[in-house]
Amino acid sequence: MPNRIVSNIQNIGHRVIESVWRLGVASRFFILVLLKSGTSLRRFNLVIRELYFTGVLSLIIIVVSGLFVGMVLGLQGYETLQKYGSESAVGTLVALSLVRELGPVVAALLFASRAGSAITAEIGLMKATEQLAAMGMMAVDPIARVVAPRFWAGVISMPFLAAIFSVMGVFGGYLVTVVFIGVDEGSFWSQMQSAVDFRFDILNGFIKSCFFGVAVTAIAVFEGYDAPPTAEGVSGATTRTVVTSSLVILGLDFILTAFMFRGVG
Amino acid sequence: MTAETLIEVNDLNFSYDTRAILKGIQMSMPRGQVVAIMGGSGSGKTTLLKLIGGTIQPTSGYVKFAGEVVHELNRDALFKLRRKMGMLFQFGALFTDLSVFDNVAFQMREHTNLPESMIRDLVLMKLHAVGLRGAHHLMPNELSGGMARRVALARSIALDPMLIMYDEPFTGLDPISLSVIGNLIRRLSDALGMTSIVVTHDVQESLKIVDYVYFIADGVIAAEGTPKEVRESIAPFVHQFVHGEEDGPVPFHYPAQTYKKDLNLEDNFA
Repeated sequence: MPNRIVSNIQNIGHRVIESVWRLGVASRFFILVLLKSGTSLRRFNLVIRELYFTGVLSLIIIVVSGLFVGMVLGLQGYETLQKYGSESAVGTLVALSLVRELGPVVAALLFASRAGSAITAEIGLMKATEQLAAMGMMAVDPIARVVAPRFWAGVISMPFLAAIFSVMGVFGGYLVTVVFIGVDEGSFWSQMQSAVDFRFDILNGFIKSCFFGVAVTAIAVFEGYDAPPTAEGVSGATTRTVVTSSLVILGLDFILTAFMFRGVG
Repeated sequence: MTAETLIEVNDLNFSYDTRAILKGIQMSMPRGQVVAIMGGSGSGKTTLLKLIGGTIQPTSGYVKFAGEVVHELNRDALFKLRRKMGMLFQFGALFTDLSVFDNVAFQMREHTNLPESMIRDLVLMKLHAVGLRGAHHLMPNELSGGMARRVALARSIALDPMLIMYDEPFTGLDPISLSVIGNLIRRLSDALGMTSIVVTHDVQESLKIVDYVYFIADGVIAAEGTPKEVRESIAPFVHQFVHGEEDGPVPFHYPAQTYKKDLNLEDNFA
């Protein structure tokens, strides 16, 4: 019995040490990517190519999800607000929820599962098929040539995708409440305009999405580069990208929100 | 072997953790020759290529390439040295997101400032040398295994290296593709004056094209010689390997306790 307890404690310790060690490896990799970003900035067409794959190809899921989230927000908001006779405030509710929280967070979650997983799988498969090793043998650094452009493309796309998500959400809310239910259009927009502050709401939302962009793409490229070069290795890494990114997004969101909106406003 | 030495391997040792993979390897490869390194699976052949390319560090000893000790070079010098080397990976390792043309052009675009029109001519010449000029617009997933390997060969000679290393170039090829690749290795080496190292366990195909053979077994050089010497060798290991015999110095059975004991027969019949 005492032996089992000791071995259990040993296991826990082992796992903790392993996690910390992996976090250290990931941090060093992240710094390496930043240091080797020169090529991406000098040859920006490398980044533009990746912007298409991570950004443009994520547009459909972002646009459609944004629209539906906004429509649901409009419906639910109207249901509740009309009980208090303040259904004209539904525009404010939709806009603030989206710009402050749902836009950056949901867009980042979708981005992690659409683009993050694709980045991990692609880099992992390039490693498994020795493409990265071949590149190294050709005296081309795979971190500078393959990883860094994908990283920067993800970091650049994320704020745009979050903004598009919020815009589509507001439009969805407008469609449901103004066009279908018949809330007054003038008060919908004017209340929204007076309640949403550029610096406090929009800029903070933008900052959040930048943080999420860095976190998701850093996790995605690391998991891909670190994946064992086998089929199971790559599939495991892809799953880890989605799970870890999602948890990191939600955790980061709480921390950032606590710093940005400390009961003011 | 009087020609100038391109690669010198001296008392090379390499271990993963505590497991010794290579033990005191000694080799010398002259310029312009095609050298085969043979040995069973897991005998450390690919590890030797990695040590020559400098992707891993030896435990002791050294590899000298064109007069420079590979593992003592810093990153920039190593990358500079690697531009003089080409490597053909087992399954080609073509960049799947680039076309055949862009794969061959990759190194020229990364390492030179040549105008695009000249790159186009050079790429088509390299592809012509492997017989695939007409396939320049295809993507890697549209190629057969043999074609992919020929494209990879064109890609590895893109910058006219001094050395090409072939990692199992014959694996999984049909007989026609096999002899095409074999002949290409010989022809390109002669035409470009390159040294070639062919790591393989395909004895018959490689003995036709190489100048010299090293056999590696259990991390040491078990035998070496010209193809003629190797064919006539009576050394047990070489004989077993060249003629593909089932049992010999490399046993058929994995070490085990006696058969009788495993089947619990000893007690009953004792």
